[in-house]
Amino acid sequence: MTEANERISKIVNDHDVVLFMKGTPLFPQCGFSNRAIAILDHCGVAFESVDVLQDMEIRQGIKTFSEWPTIPQLYVKGEFVGGSDIMMEMYEAGELQELLTEKQVARVS
Amino acid sequence: MAMPAAEIEALIRAALPGATVEIEALVDDGDHYRARVAAPAFAGKSRIQQHKMVYEALGGRMGGELHALQLVTSVPN
Repeated sequence: MTEANERISKIVNDHDVVLFMKGTPLFPQCGFSNRAIAILDHCGVAFESVDVLQDMEIRQGIKTFSEWPTIPQLYVKGEFVGGSDIMMEMYEAGELQELLTEKQVARVS
Repeated sequence: MAMPAAEIEALIRAALPGATVEIEALVDDGDHYRARVAAPAFAGKSRIQQHKMVYEALGGRMGGELHALQLVTSVPN
């Protein structure tokens, strides 16, 4: 396992919900990341975000880690869920909310 | 860093026989598109697998040469 893989693995296992994104939740630097944040806000869950623009090793490493070429990427309980398109499809179908409930993810208090 | 819609469509069709591909430009810069892809090969695959099949069809251009491709996949009726 490479160093980047180990770091990513630790991040996704240390937090229930992690979004790898460009920018921060307050200042997303890309429309897709912005959309992912809006969806998570609507779901009302607490999440950790990682700004890949601040960390080249993670920016490249995350694409290998998930075998997924784009950012944002959402992980729930260590498992890759998808990018913003899949998040949107799942949200609209009510499946994302179901998954978060099923995985007993903490809500925003 | 731009890619014409026709080229994206051709790559997807070549990799996924019988696919219906609709591409729409989100911004007129040759770099931001929305694609709807319905392909028989998606049957029985998860959303992640379906999207990966489209990314594979684009042969590594996704996330590089092609920055933004909003993607909706489905299995044809």
